[in-house]
Amino acid sequence: MSKLFSDENKAAFTNPLNVNNPVAVQVLGICSALAVTSQLKPAIVMGLSVTVITAFSNVIISLLRKTIPNRIRIIVQLVVVAALVTIVSQLLKAYVYDVSVQLSVYVGLIITNCILMGRLEAFAMQNGPWPSFLDGIGNGLGYAAILIIVGFFRELFGFGTLFGYNVIPQFMYDAGYQNNGMMVMPAMSLIIVGCVIWAHRAYNKEEVK
Amino acid sequence: MKLNTNSNVYTICYAAVMVIIVAFLLAFVASALKKTQEANVANDTKGQILSALGYDKAAIDVGAVYAEKVQDNVFADGELKPFEGNFNTTYGSLIKNGELHVFTATTAQGEPAYVIPVVGRGLWGGLWGYIAVSETKDKVLGTYFYHESETAGLGARISEKWFQDQFIGKPIFGTDGEVALTVVKAGAAQAENEVDGVTGATLTSNGVAAMVKDGLTAYKEFLGGAGCTAKDMFERIEEQFEQIEEEFESTIEESEQTDVEQ
Repeated sequence: MSKLFSDENKAAFTNPLNVNNPVAVQVLGICSALAVTSQLKPAIVMGLSVTVITAFSNVIISLLRKTIPNRIRIIVQLVVVAALVTIVSQLLKAYVYDVSVQLSVYVGLIITNCILMGRLEAFAMQNGPWPSFLDGIGNGLGYAAILIIVGFFRELFGFGTLFGYNVIPQFMYDAGYQNNGMMVMPAMSLIIVGCVIWAHRAYNKEEVK
Repeated sequence: MKLNTNSNVYTICYAAVMVIIVAFLLAFVASALKKTQEANVANDTKGQILSALGYDKAAIDVGAVYAEKVQDNVFADGELKPFEGNFNTTYGSLIKNGELHVFTATTAQGEPAYVIPVVGRGLWGGLWGYIAVSETKDKVLGTYFYHESETAGLGARISEKWFQDQFIGKPIFGTDGEVALTVVKAGAAQAENEVDGVTGATLTSNGVAAMVKDGLTAYKEFLGGAGCTAKDMFERIEEQFEQIEEEFESTIEESEQTDVEQ
């Protein structure tokens, strides 16, 4: 048990949540941060899907890592991710149809999420299944956290709602407050990601980049 | 014995075996889940039709309510005939081939209504919807719109209730007998047949406008249009002629004026 949660394994899980966050530090997966974050709910579902898929593809690649021919390793990784994503999206369609409709094309687009390829190549190819699993979960959650922060601000200021419920009270509107249409635009998500990175770096000063 | 994982033979065999395994796996998953998925899609389509009729599809047993309230018909040779085949879940190609489905139903408020399927294109992909029209075939009782891949939070908002409910009670036809129901820029709707579009999603809103117009125009023979008898048509054409003549005369006058000036 102590081996399962050794310092090294713990680091594999917690590093990507903060000091080595895939979005804020490595600046990966920005494109999907732009596409699904105009509202909070799709941002959360997308974050969770990426977490699950990163974790399991990490485990599979880690199990296969000693047999994979070096020259086609990227293709093998891609095939594993694509197969996994396809199966997950088929299962969603069969058993939770509503969720699959809501996510529409974005489930398929997980295949092209660079965080996945990055983790497979950088971590799962060198480490055992259990640390790889933790690393996948950690990175997925690190990614989800940023998506949720961005989604929170965009929905709050863009629509005045959270999860679709009105949170800005009517008297604010009566007093002249307006929803910010800029927040709804995709470009704004990059600006918010920029602000998040700024805050993150100011907080982690020891980080030398 | 240690395998040489860098040899060509090993690489090729590895790739081949991997592809075969993955192909079988995916084929197996797809065929095992096909029935459930199709049932889901059919059920969802029925839910969408009921949604256009004002039912809350999340709160009812869609299959049972559909069977009780809705009848699938085909409009051909000027009359509605009950449709016998399997329930369709896509209507785009059917409408193109002239197979016009019309659902006779009662709305959640108990009013008799016809539901017309419409299809169109948004910014990124297909749009579709169902429009419930009144028994008199001249005004909208409810709509349902959905999309393949419009941007979440922008174009995707056409699937939200506030957008769809704007259509309720709107007249379909303008005074010229053509479909006049349309979607305009957000906040600009003034005329009684105009509906506000979605902010930040002009192209999707335009797609909905085109879909509504084309979709209802395809059913014009069924809907009739306001005063669409031959006599009315003549009158309208005459009016248009007069208009063109007037415009023509005024342009001639203008050009003469410019000639004089020169």
